[in-house]
Amino acid sequence: MPNKAHAVDIGDRIPAVGWFRRLKDHLATLGAVAAVIIVLAPLVAIFVYLVYKGVGSINWAFLTQTPKPVGEPGGGMANAIVGSMVILLIASAMGVPVGIGAGIYLAEYGQGKFGKVIRFTADVLNGVPSIVIGIVAYAIVVLRQKHFSALAGGVALAIMMVPTISRTTEEMLLLVPGSVREAAYGLGIARWRTTLSITLRTATSGVITGVMLAFARVAGETAPLLFTAFGNQFWNLNVNQPTAALPLQIFTYAISPFDEWHRQAWAGALILIILIVGSVAALRVVSSRGMMKGAG
Amino acid sequence: MENRSLQMPDVNRDKDISPPRLSIVRSASVIRPTSDFRIRLADESFHAAMLVCGVAVIALLGLIVYELISSSGLSIHAFGFKFFVSQNWDPVNDQFGALPFVYGTLVSSLLALIIAVPLSVGTAVFLTEMCPRMLRGIISFLVELLAAIPSVIYGLWAIFILVPILRVHVEPWLGRYFGWTGLFEGAPFGIGMLAAGVILAIMIIPIIASITREVMTAVPRQQREAVLALGATRWEMIRVGVLRNARAGILGGVILGLGRALGETMAVTMVIGNRPEIAKSLFAPGYTMASVIANEFSEATGDLYLSALVEIGLALFLVTIITNAIAQLLVWSITRGTPARANAQ
Repeated sequence: MPNKAHAVDIGDRIPAVGWFRRLKDHLATLGAVAAVIIVLAPLVAIFVYLVYKGVGSINWAFLTQTPKPVGEPGGGMANAIVGSMVILLIASAMGVPVGIGAGIYLAEYGQGKFGKVIRFTADVLNGVPSIVIGIVAYAIVVLRQKHFSALAGGVALAIMMVPTISRTTEEMLLLVPGSVREAAYGLGIARWRTTLSITLRTATSGVITGVMLAFARVAGETAPLLFTAFGNQFWNLNVNQPTAALPLQIFTYAISPFDEWHRQAWAGALILIILIVGSVAALRVVSSRGMMKGAG
Repeated sequence: MENRSLQMPDVNRDKDISPPRLSIVRSASVIRPTSDFRIRLADESFHAAMLVCGVAVIALLGLIVYELISSSGLSIHAFGFKFFVSQNWDPVNDQFGALPFVYGTLVSSLLALIIAVPLSVGTAVFLTEMCPRMLRGIISFLVELLAAIPSVIYGLWAIFILVPILRVHVEPWLGRYFGWTGLFEGAPFGIGMLAAGVILAIMIIPIIASITREVMTAVPRQQREAVLALGATRWEMIRVGVLRNARAGILGGVILGLGRALGETMAVTMVIGNRPEIAKSLFAPGYTMASVIANEFSEATGDLYLSALVEIGLALFLVTIITNAIAQLLVWSITRGTPARANAQ
């Protein structure tokens, strides 16, 4: 008899989902869908406005001329686009090798306590606000040189690249199966050679993706450049002089009271997004050809 | 060349066997011809070079701490702890108190959390528990795209689109119905604390959502099945079986978002109004620690002024480091045991 009672009990409960519980269930679903819509709305709005406001202001002059004085129409951001590239080049030249090296250390030698310390430090460094990194670059470069420079901006951005690149490089190298390394050792290849020519090569595409993510992240950074690269209204290719950068120029124009400058800020923002997305996509296409077959 | 063509097929064939790794690798490096001095020298110098790069990461953090402390010494000596409780920010008379900036940073970040947390958790719930598989990839890609937009572009968009919307539609409505709370009082400028909170919320949603999603995915499937077997509805299953188990990790994600919001500079600077005042109303302009550095650092005349700004930077640095460390520990406590992360450990 107890058996039967038990069965009845369960049978009673399963279909008896009361209207209130069902209502709550539906409301929760509705709420989740609404959350997604609200979250995606700004994204759509930002891209629509970037294109809508930016496309009309991009023309040949915008891409080839330097800024005109206030009140004069025309002019462009050519110096800022080139300046950004110079700063990013400096940053990559310093940040990428160190970041990849640290990543190799973590993946190949960093199993012990010291590796743990570095890993934690990198994560901490990743969370340091970019404006604080700007202060540090100001203290170590600008104060010594006595003036703002592209070099100082590059140093600031390089500091930001290192932790991101080292952590992604480590993750990508660890994806390469141990048997690959062992096969190399079995053939009598030295450990350093194995790391560089076998492990790193197998993981190339992943490592490059990590580098590009770091690159894209710092390419749009403005705060650390405010008092390092500083900005410049004229052409400048000397890395020891104040240099214009695209994000800085967008900031200056956006908070100005002039309609003409607002228009150019939108155009600059569109160019910035295109450069970021474009460079990431381009390198992905190049690096995905013929590599990353062994890992994944 | 011949060498390489020999290796590659082996590599591919061995791929799915995956034998135990480290111990064998280590012993292999011992067995190999240790007599060859040049190989050992090359190995050791490569190891040393990589070690230098690793140490550089620690050195960078040390450098940041050292520069911040040494450059803010002047202000620390002049004002001591009073620096953070004084409201008086008067560069002309060399009087510096950072309370309005601390207040602005805290209020704008908390406001951002209040807006962002329910939306992020809702998005994560939808993505892990309700979403048709086809949509899942697209939506999570779009949410992550939000994280890739530079801060200055958020600021630009906020100035020209968000602020007018707040001024014309949202703030008058809030003032009419909730003005009695005192939080929504005064003329609706659009620019102010509320605008800063909203734009910060938009910026931290991707972080909180992606971490919440990660920890929710880490909750074992059996938990869900067990709760469903007890006759729960889907929402009850999510609440009892998933959210409750993942709450430490979700909290970690929220704190990580908070860390980002505290240090965020450009977008906030562009919409918060930049006035060092403490006002109860969220419509009023404010100022944050990061934005006062951004606005005044390159124009700061006088050593004490500069030093005071660096001290604000130091405080910001310490606060974000502590929040991030707490967040990391919380997230690790949830995701450590799952297969997805096992590779990365």
